[in-house]
This record gives sequence, structure tokens and C-alpha cells, in this order.
Amino acid sequence: MAQIPVTEGVFTWPSETPQLIGARCVDCDNHMFPGQSGCPRCTGDKTEEVLLGRRGTLWTWTIQGFPPKAPPYAGDVDVKTFQAFGVGYVELPGQVKVEARLTVADPEKLKIGMEMEMVIIPLTTDADGNEVVTFAFAPVA
Amino acid sequence: MTIEVAIVGIGMHEFGRTEGVSGMDQGVIAVRRALADAGVSWEDMQFAFGGSLAAGAADTMVSLLGLTGLQFINVANGCATGGSALFSVYNTIRSGVFDLGIAVGFDKHERGAFRVNTKGAGLGDWYGASGLALTTQFFGMKINRYMHEYGITNSSLAKVSEKAFRNGSQNPMAWRRKPISEQEVLDSLMLSYPLTQYMFCSPGEGGVALILCRADKAHLYTKTPIYLKAAVVRSRRFGSFEVLAPSIALQHNAGPTVDGAKAAFEMAGMGPKDIDIAQLQDTESGAEIMHMAENGFCEHGEQEFMIQAGETEIGGKFPVNTDGGCLANGEPIGASGLRQVYENVLQLRGQAGVRQVPNNPKTAYTHVYGAPGIAGVTILQR
Repeated sequence: MAQIPVTEGVFTWPSETPQLIGARCVDCDNHMFPGQSGCPRCTGDKTEEVLLGRRGTLWTWTIQGFPPKAPPYAGDVDVKTFQAFGVGYVELPGQVKVEARLTVADPEKLKIGMEMEMVIIPLTTDADGNEVVTFAFAPVA
Repeated sequence: MTIEVAIVGIGMHEFGRTEGVSGMDQGVIAVRRALADAGVSWEDMQFAFGGSLAAGAADTMVSLLGLTGLQFINVANGCATGGSALFSVYNTIRSGVFDLGIAVGFDKHERGAFRVNTKGAGLGDWYGASGLALTTQFFGMKINRYMHEYGITNSSLAKVSEKAFRNGSQNPMAWRRKPISEQEVLDSLMLSYPLTQYMFCSPGEGGVALILCRADKAHLYTKTPIYLKAAVVRSRRFGSFEVLAPSIALQHNAGPTVDGAKAAFEMAGMGPKDIDIAQLQDTESGAEIMHMAENGFCEHGEQEFMIQAGETEIGGKFPVNTDGGCLANGEPIGASGLRQVYENVLQLRGQAGVRQVPNNPKTAYTHVYGAPGIAGVTILQR
């Protein structure tokens, strides 16, 4: 079974050390995710692609306790089998805070300020039997 | 000479779920009730601004109300749709173009959390596909961080909901009219940690219409004109933390509510201490708490004491969301901001019945917040 990313251009895949693909403003060094052509900080229009750091600290978090509506959600929406998942912002030092799924969904195991690392997780299986993957952050062991 | 603006007629269709009545029809009913309240007819309306998110183009309602040829402009601005319609009516009258006009908002949403149109919101399909495009997640994450920074407790989150449902139980226009205790709120289903089911408002249905005129002509329509002293809409600045954001900057900005509040106070020539009552966006109970400080009514963290002491209750020092807010009324996007103004007009007129704030409030404040980071504020004075 092949693994395919939920989209192209948002994270590097396949890769041993996947990274989010963002943009950097050539004029003011502001970092953005996902990449975009204009800079919301200085209003400049020159940005370049930049790979974001793989580690950061958890800035805030919540737990998605009910199945999201599908569409747009591609994962499991069956109330009988749905597994709650964590969602948070991870602060990547010197770059930007990125929103991501978290591999942990237990309030006791999530603390603001904890070290996190980017990982790739399965999201769903498409009609051709491919495993569709997306990015997430996991606590650093 | 600056032209002052007064609200001279208000009308509302009950919020909640009304089977068999379209969102548009609920808007039309609200318009007819506002016309009756001002003692005018649809033919008297010189212009209108109106909007809905999910219930059709507002200007098509003229085929139900009467084809009088008036200028009717549709407004679409997310949660600030109603506020933007009101802002537009206010400024049209202030500019001297027309003397008498109407703002109308209505909606009818499907059940459950809002289904976000990621393309329409300028987001990639991957964002929703990955399970991130939920407004509820933002609210959970914002209050979780805020509780961490300022020591707000789960008890205060629950007390905000308890107050909302108690106030809603005294409001015949509200959707949720059954009181729910603090413990029941805490024990309800955890939707987006730390927020439970009864801490969230639900998308719903309803309509509100407001008739405004030049203040020097208000006596023609009402004995109790309520003056609109400020109407402001602001979008976000760099560094603010907003709903539906795949990333946020490291640099911090306080957000559009803070900017909108400052601008509105300046426009009205007032400060937070001059405000007697407030209707603040309470998409969930944490939002009401954070918006108390963002609008300038207290310092960050002071809410904990204020809520535990009952200061934001109808009989308290600073009543907040006296009609039950979004929590008890639900959130028909197009109508929600106008519902807040409707309640403030009732309170300032002294017509709020069993939920009337005592001691004749003179000034009242409204605030809406929504995607993708907009805030709308109004200040009313008797």
C-alpha cells in the first residue's frame, strides 16, 4: 500500500525527517505557513520558500472531541469508531507558530511549553487503497 | 454640523429553530415588527442594508415586502454581517444622503458546528481534510492559553453559561430557555477541551431589523429614541491570534476587538467606566470572559473575581449578555450582532420586562467577533 500526502507543497514527503514548507519574507524575514506570496507583516511581495524547523514548544492546545463534518474532513467520522485527537499551536523558535494535529489526546499528557517534534500520521485510506498521510506534532520522548 | 443618528424601531423574529419558516421569511417578519414599532410603513424606507450567510441574498426580500424601488445593498461580512449593515446605515444617515433607513440580518443554519468552506476562507483543502478547520478548536485553544496565563477557572467558564441560560429563561425571544446549573455545564460532553457542550453556542435561526433616522427627526417615530454614538468594524492586525489560522506570528498583537473598542470609545467620547451594560460575543463562555478585558471593561484576570462575585449578572455591577447572549440565543450569523443591539435598545427604553437591568441604564455596548478575525462594536445612549 502506497503512502500519499494529503496535499503537495505543505510538507516534505517522502522523507526520513519531514519538514513543513513555509515562506520567508525577503524584506523583513517574517516566516509564514503555509507559503504565500505576500507578507502580512511588512506588506512586501517578495517571499521565498523555506523549510520550517521540526521541533518547537506547545503554545496552546485543545482536544477535538467530536467527529468533524465531512467534507471537508477526510478522516474517520463514524461516531462509534471516531478517536478524539489533539490540536495545538507549536512555536518554532525564530520562525512562526504552526497549527497542527497532536498525536496525544489526553489532557493529562499535554502541557503548554512542552517540547514537540513533527511527525507524519495516517489520516485515511483513499479509493485506490493508498494511505493518505498528514502532518502532526508529537511530544519529544 | 455632525448629523446624529437614532434607533427608532426594532423588530425581531424568535431565535432558535422554527420549522417551516425560511430564514428570509424570519427576516421579513423582523422587518414588519420593526416597522410597526416605529409606526412607519415599508414605503417610508429610503434605503436598506441587509445580509445573511446561509439564507439567501437579503435584497430579494423586497419582493415580499413591496417593490418600492429603494436602495438595498447586501452585506456579507461573516459574524460581523449585522454589525456591518448597521455601520453602513449609520454612516449613510451621518453623511446626509438619506434620513430614514433599515438594517436587517437573518439566517438559518444546518445543525451542528459550522461547516467551514476552506476555499472560501482562502485555505487549502488539506487544512479541513486534516481535521483542523473547526472554529470550535480555536475557541478551545484561545481560552486554554488564557486560563494558563491569567488563572481563569473552569468554574467561571461554567458560571458564564449558567448565567446565559438563566437570562435566556427570562427572554421570550431566546432559543434555550431552561436554566442549567454550573455542575450540569461542567458535566456535559467535552467538545473541545476545556469547553463542554453547554459552554458553546450553536448555529441557529432568527432575524432582526433596526430602523434608524436622523436624530433631529426621531420624535416623529418614537418617544424613546436611542442614540447610536459609535459603530465600528475592524479587521485583524499582524500578530493577532484568530480563528481558522494555519499559523500565527511569533510577535503578539491584541487583536481586532481591542482596536474596535478603542475606536468606538473615542468616537462616542466615552470610556469603559461610562458603560452601564454590555452584550459581548459569547460564541462560547470563554469568549465572554476574554472579551470583557479585550473591550476594556477590566484587566486580564480580573474576570475571575467579577464572575465569582456575580458582578456580570443582571442585578450586578456590570451586567453582561442580559438576553442570554449567543449561548442562549444561538448564532444565526447574519442576525446575531443586531440581536445584541435589539436587546440594548429594550434595556435602555426600560422595556426588557423581567430581565430589565435596574436603575435605568443610560449607556449600552455591543461587541461581535468572528472569522477571519473581525470585530464590530456599537455604543448606544438613551
